[in-house]
This record gives sequence, structure tokens and C-alpha cells, in this order.
Amino acid sequence: MSVEDFIKQAMSSWMNEEGPDSDIVLSSRVRLARNFRDYKFPAILAHEEAQEIIGLIKARLENEDAPEVGGLELLNMNTLQPLEKRVLVEKHAISPHLAEESPYGACLLSTDEKVSIMINEEDHIRIQCLLSGLQLPEALQMANRMDDWIEKRVDYAFDEDCGYLTSCPTNVGTGLRASVMMHLPGLVLTHQMNRIIPAINQLGLVVRGIYGEGSEALGNIFQVSNQITLGKPEEDIVEDLTSVVQQIIAQERSAREALVKTSNIQLEDRVYRSFGILTNARTIETKEAAKCLSDLRLGIDLGYIKNVSKNILSELIIFTQPGFLQQYAGGALRPYERDVRRATLIRERLNLDINEK
Amino acid sequence: MICQECNKRPATLHFTKIVNGEKTEVHICEKCAQEKGEMFMFNGGGSFSINNLLAGLLNMEPVFQHTNPSTIAKSQEAQCPGCNMTFSEFTQAGKFGCAQCYETFKDNLNPVLKRLHSGNTAHIGKIPERLGGGIHLRKKMDDLKQLLKDAIDQEEFEKAAELRDELRSLEKSIKEGHEGGNHS
Repeated sequence: MSVEDFIKQAMSSWMNEEGPDSDIVLSSRVRLARNFRDYKFPAILAHEEAQEIIGLIKARLENEDAPEVGGLELLNMNTLQPLEKRVLVEKHAISPHLAEESPYGACLLSTDEKVSIMINEEDHIRIQCLLSGLQLPEALQMANRMDDWIEKRVDYAFDEDCGYLTSCPTNVGTGLRASVMMHLPGLVLTHQMNRIIPAINQLGLVVRGIYGEGSEALGNIFQVSNQITLGKPEEDIVEDLTSVVQQIIAQERSAREALVKTSNIQLEDRVYRSFGILTNARTIETKEAAKCLSDLRLGIDLGYIKNVSKNILSELIIFTQPGFLQQYAGGALRPYERDVRRATLIRERLNLDINEK
Repeated sequence: MICQECNKRPATLHFTKIVNGEKTEVHICEKCAQEKGEMFMFNGGGSFSINNLLAGLLNMEPVFQHTNPSTIAKSQEAQCPGCNMTFSEFTQAGKFGCAQCYETFKDNLNPVLKRLHSGNTAHIGKIPERLGGGIHLRKKMDDLKQLLKDAIDQEEFEKAAELRDELRSLEKSIKEGHEGGNHS
């Protein structure tokens, strides 16, 4: 398969869209946790009951058109190959928990992969809506419509005081987790993240790196999300997160401006060196690839590099993860083989853009 | 350095344990560490989940309730009629067994909810459309009663009369709903 066809096939269609503030915000996600009233929570659910839940959802939901998203396809975790699951995790279509720790897990995935309804994960149902750029209210609206559509057909566990009941009390109430994926090279380069992260934490929000082990942010990509789910209406949670994100966007933009003003040539040098590595390397590790892709994307945003498309960062950071590389290769790869594959994939992908323009 | 457990393989893990102020240096190989269960802390990011943290938070509860030990013993014995889970089982797993657990462990839960959700213990967001029909109406009644009170306080009697009528018709519709055998 050519790299062009592979990427076309593997990309979720939402990744092609360019949402608001997409120079800094890669994607917005809203997740609602829901449980069925008459079943035990997934952690202690018996095999037969878990199958019943999947059956129930299959019977009532699969063949009906969901609002806006059209048809949903049911994927059973126990019939998917480990590699297929990994690819879905890397695309953020499903959670690592569903792929690895949910023996009776399943997922209803929309064709554009904007909507994913995870079944028998930590909760019976987790509705996830993923949009490009900063679009939290839109994602919430979409999730709410899916939620109402499901609620017409099944009885939820809901309590007048505690709200939507979830297996873990960290999600009880609204069951809402809203998160935004941000590319923040300016704040990292100017050493401001260490100051910003504790400030954000004090507001009841959490910041973490993506894919990274622990707090390390791969490719300067950070995820900001709400921690509190109880005692605040959904709209307020989303609004508060949005306003904090907008402040971070403003800080990132001014950090970039300051960098251009004070060290233009060093910045340009950094961008072109990374561009050089990406277009020439014959073997490259995830971490270096992520760093260089972040530099390249910054170079595109600042106008140094004009012949490469903007979504190169979000695209390649996903496609150079181990699961995708192995899917592209058509089988398991050892770590050093992956590094070779990764370098090849990046070169081929960049050449598509460079030759075209 | 050789592993202090098996005295065969080279020690690859070196760490200092401090238990009750007593410092111990440990040098062991990976295999012995796994067997001894000392690997736990090295798995770090992977297995150390929110549930571990939560379990820690919940286990702290008795410390704060030391004044009345009899209630602790009693509450820890309480068992959820829906899934047979006890509160101590919940504190270990960090996850509830079923929806009824929230009702069963309500008294123990509130301090935990407060800590997790910066002081909040009551939901004020979305209510499910179909299942929450009764709750919707009750909430609407409460809102109307408040508005009515405000209107009277402000001496806006025309508005108050309108609100009163609205409240009456709502009360009527709730009554009819019950008589109509609405079981949800």
C-alpha cells in the first residue's frame, strides 16, 4: 500500500477538518459516563450480564441512525486483534482501559470517528465526541444528543442528589470529562509550562502530556481537562475550561511572538534542522520524531516553511506510534525495525507535500 | 554489586526504604524484586492509577473519625443489598459495585465527594429526559416557588399572580401524572 493510501484510509475524517484556533488546539473531546440502572457496574459484572448489555445496545442502537453521525458500527474487543485495538487507542477512538482491561468491552464507532460509544469499560457506557480545534460546546452538544438518544431506549442509573452514578466517585454527577489537546512549543521553549501547570491545577483542571510516560509531553502536546464533575452544570464546566484554554492560547501566541522577536534566526535554525532530520533520517525514535514534528509544525505556523500542510503534526504523531507502524508494515516489528519504518513513513509523507507544491 | 536476596544475579534495582523513620538500603535484581512484590513502585505510570490514589484517600477516613470507633466498625460491615459490596471492599477497589452502593454508603461517601469535587456533594447539571420526568417537574416547581417569593418580596404582585397560576397548573399536572399510573 502506498503511504498516501495508507494515511487516507487510516485517518479519521475529523482530523482533516480545521477547527477554530487550530494553530494551537489540535482537538476537543467530551466524554459522558453513564450506567444502566438494573445492572452491576462493569468491575464486578458477570460474563453473561456483560453480554446482555452488549446485546441490548446492539438490538436497540446499532441499526438505527444516530443523530447526525449516521450509522454506528459495533466492534467487539474480544474479536479484534491486539494490533487493531492499539491503532484505535492511538487514534483516541477508544481508551487504553477498553482495549486492555475490559474483557467484555465493545465500542460503537461512527464512520467519521467523531463519535465513539464505549461499552463495558469502567462504566457501562461512555459516550465520546471528538472534534478538531477548539469546539468544546459543539462537542458537548453532540454528546448530549447521543446521550438523549440512548436514554430513550435504556434506563440510566441516576440519583436526584448525586446525579449520574458512575463506578468511580471521581466521575459522579455530570459524568463529564472535557479535554483539549494543545500544541504549546512556545511555552515549553520559554520555560513557562512549570509556572502554568500548577496555576491550572488550582482551578480544578488537570494538565498532562499525551502518549508520554508520566508527565512528559511528547511533541509539546498537552491535554487540559476538568477534574470536578459534581456540583457544576455541564455548560459551566465546558465554559470554564474553554476560557482557561483561551488564556493559554493567548500566552502561547505571545511566547511565539517574543521568540520571533528575540531569537528569530535561532528559531528558524531549529525549525530547519528538524525539517532536515525528518526529510533525511533513516532511523528515528518516537521521542525525536515527536520533537522534530513539533518544531516543523511551529515552523509552518510561523511561516518559515510553506510547502508542508499544517495537519502534519497531528497526523504523523499518531501514525508514527508503534501500533500504526506495525499495521502499515502488516505485522509485528521489533523496536529497531519500527525506528526504520518510522523514518521511512515520515520521509514518504513529507515528500508527498514537498513534491506537490 | 550482587543481589542481596539471591546472592547470584547482579543487583539492578537500588532504592532506599524509609519505614517509620527507619532507613534501609535495598539492592536487588529484577527477578527477586518481582517475587518480593517490591516492583510495585517501579511500575509507576502504568499501574498507579486514580483508583490507587482514591483507595488511599478512602482508607484515611477512619483516622478522621477516631472519636467514635463504634460507628466505623458498623459502617464497614454495612453491605450493599444490590451487589454485596462492603465499604471496606470499596475502599480497596476505589470503585463501586452497583448504583445502589451510592445509597448504601451515603454517609461515608459525602466527605469523599467533598474532597474530590472541591466541596460539592450535590448534582446540579443535566437530568435524564425520560427517567427524570418527576425530578424535572419538582425542580421546576422549586424554581417557580423561588421566583414567586422574589416577586412578592419585590412587591410585583401582577407577576406573582401569574407565577401562582403557573405553579397551580403544574401541581395539577403532577397529580394527574401520578393518578395516571406513571411508574417511572
